[in-house]
Amino acid sequence: MSSIVEKQNEVVDEFSMFEDWMQRYEYMIELGKSLPLIDERYKTDDNIIKGCQSRVWVHADMNDNDKIEFTADSDAIITKGIIAILIRVFSDQTPKEILEANTDFIDEIGLKEHLSPTRANGLVSMIKQLKMYALAYSKA
Amino acid sequence: MIKTAEGFNVEKIRNDFPILNRKVNGRNLVYFDNAATSQTPQQVIDCIVDYYQNYNANIHRGVHALSQEATEAYENARRIVQRHFNAKDFKEIILTSGTTHSINLVASGYEKFMTAGDEVLVSGLEHHSNIVPWQMLCEKTGAQLKVLAMTEEGVLDMQSFEDLLNFKTKLVMVNHVSNALGTINPIEDIIEKAHAVGAKVLVDGAQATPHIKPDVQALDVDYYTCSAHKICGPTGVGMLYGKQELLEELPPYQGGGEMIDQVSFEKTTYAGLPNKFEAGTPNICGGIAFGKALDYMNSIGFESIAAYEQDLLDYATQRLNEFDNIIIYGPNTDAKTAVISFNFQGLHPYDVGTLVDKMGIAVRTGHHCAQPIMEFFKIPGTIRASFSFYNTKAEIDLFIEALQKANSMLL
Ligand SMILES: Cc1ncc(COP(=O)(O)O)c(C=O)c1O
Repeated sequence: MSSIVEKQNEVVDEFSMFEDWMQRYEYMIELGKSLPLIDERYKTDDNIIKGCQSRVWVHADMNDNDKIEFTADSDAIITKGIIAILIRVFSDQTPKEILEANTDFIDEIGLKEHLSPTRANGLVSMIKQLKMYALAYSKA
Repeated sequence: MIKTAEGFNVEKIRNDFPILNRKVNGRNLVYFDNAATSQTPQQVIDCIVDYYQNYNANIHRGVHALSQEATEAYENARRIVQRHFNAKDFKEIILTSGTTHSINLVASGYEKFMTAGDEVLVSGLEHHSNIVPWQMLCEKTGAQLKVLAMTEEGVLDMQSFEDLLNFKTKLVMVNHVSNALGTINPIEDIIEKAHAVGAKVLVDGAQATPHIKPDVQALDVDYYTCSAHKICGPTGVGMLYGKQELLEELPPYQGGGEMIDQVSFEKTTYAGLPNKFEAGTPNICGGIAFGKALDYMNSIGFESIAAYEQDLLDYATQRLNEFDNIIIYGPNTDAKTAVISFNFQGLHPYDVGTLVDKMGIAVRTGHHCAQPIMEFFKIPGTIRASFSFYNTKAEIDLFIEALQKANSMLL
């Protein structure tokens, strides 16, 4: 199983092949379609991430190997792509690894603008939420 | 004489706006977020620079030359605003930090006059800044907030207005033009009917003033507000117009310098209008530049602006209707200002907004600070393109191209 850093490097490599924003966004839209979808019963208001212009739901389960698996959904496609990238990197990792991970790779794949808190698409809130799940499971 | 869009020299006007030469994401900026804030012409920028370079001083205080000059310029700006809105007296023009401040000033003053059993009537088309202060007033006083419904077409239901209006109604709040949909509301009718039951009317003019030159005396409106930053002026300055006899009765909003007559620990007496409502050092430069901005817009002329913008609105609407999956919210083009609030069937406004931004186009996406309207249509938000007299049909073509590209990427 790859570590978070390995998976981040993988994503950075993939994105480095794109020449312009169009290709990057087309790829993100593709990734959004492969997002591991949240079970409908977890799509509750409680699981909505605040601070997003679109609605984003995230759920976390602990698997048999004591690793966290995330599922999610959003009503906006680009947001789905962004959360798919995060989940690809963070899913199937231990709570500790998730809590310790840094997220500089977002900048490297040219999505820095989405990190701006004024952007209100909530990438920052999404990362925080994934970490909050990890924190909760690390105490469980 | 009604002027037409012909002969409107938009290229010359565009030269007044340096920001229009900017590139965004490698493309020429297309700025269609004018309802959020307008761009600033060089004449206004120069006015701001001139103030800080040549006569920056506090007003109403010093006998020295600079203070005199600044005071004169600031009070002259107040006269420009007075003339623009045709207020009877300069005392009726309170310079505030903007519409939000103006509304809160009135709402806070009415705590003195409201009691449980009184009603305030707020239109369903309002910006949050013309909703929340009244909710706060009702919470404090026990008065009841009633909502004037809107219809599927995004216009106010005037039948429901007459039904709701009664002798307990103390205040009616409505915007002159809706920020989310561009609807021009029938404020003449609303004011007349509200007055018939003795209610006062506050009209939020934040979205009307970029397109329409209101005459507060002809309207017989009790309170009217606007923000300079939507009419080519700077941010953080705006106006509250109030009829003199109403403003005389309204208690001061904030205490401090400028708003007093005599201060002692036993008793303080307040200054007369308009100073009573202008505590502290105001946005002096902003006020002066606000006057300059109105002069600038009047030099182009509101009739010409309205005709030219109508032409842009009609063209943009016609082009948007080329999309099979377009949904446009709000009334037809003849009943609104140059604003188009829309969605594409099956697409989230946020996705579309993100992609067109990449193509250099600035539009607003989201709920536009009018969540009740989005709730009404059961949508997360809209894409809002709002045009100004410095926009062009060529820019609309670029916008349509960007939307075509966004559609092909997202669908
Ligand atoms: C209709 C309306 N009312 C009030 C406001 C608030 O104006 P300001 O933020 O300048 O106080 C706006 C601004 O978007 C508006 O469109």
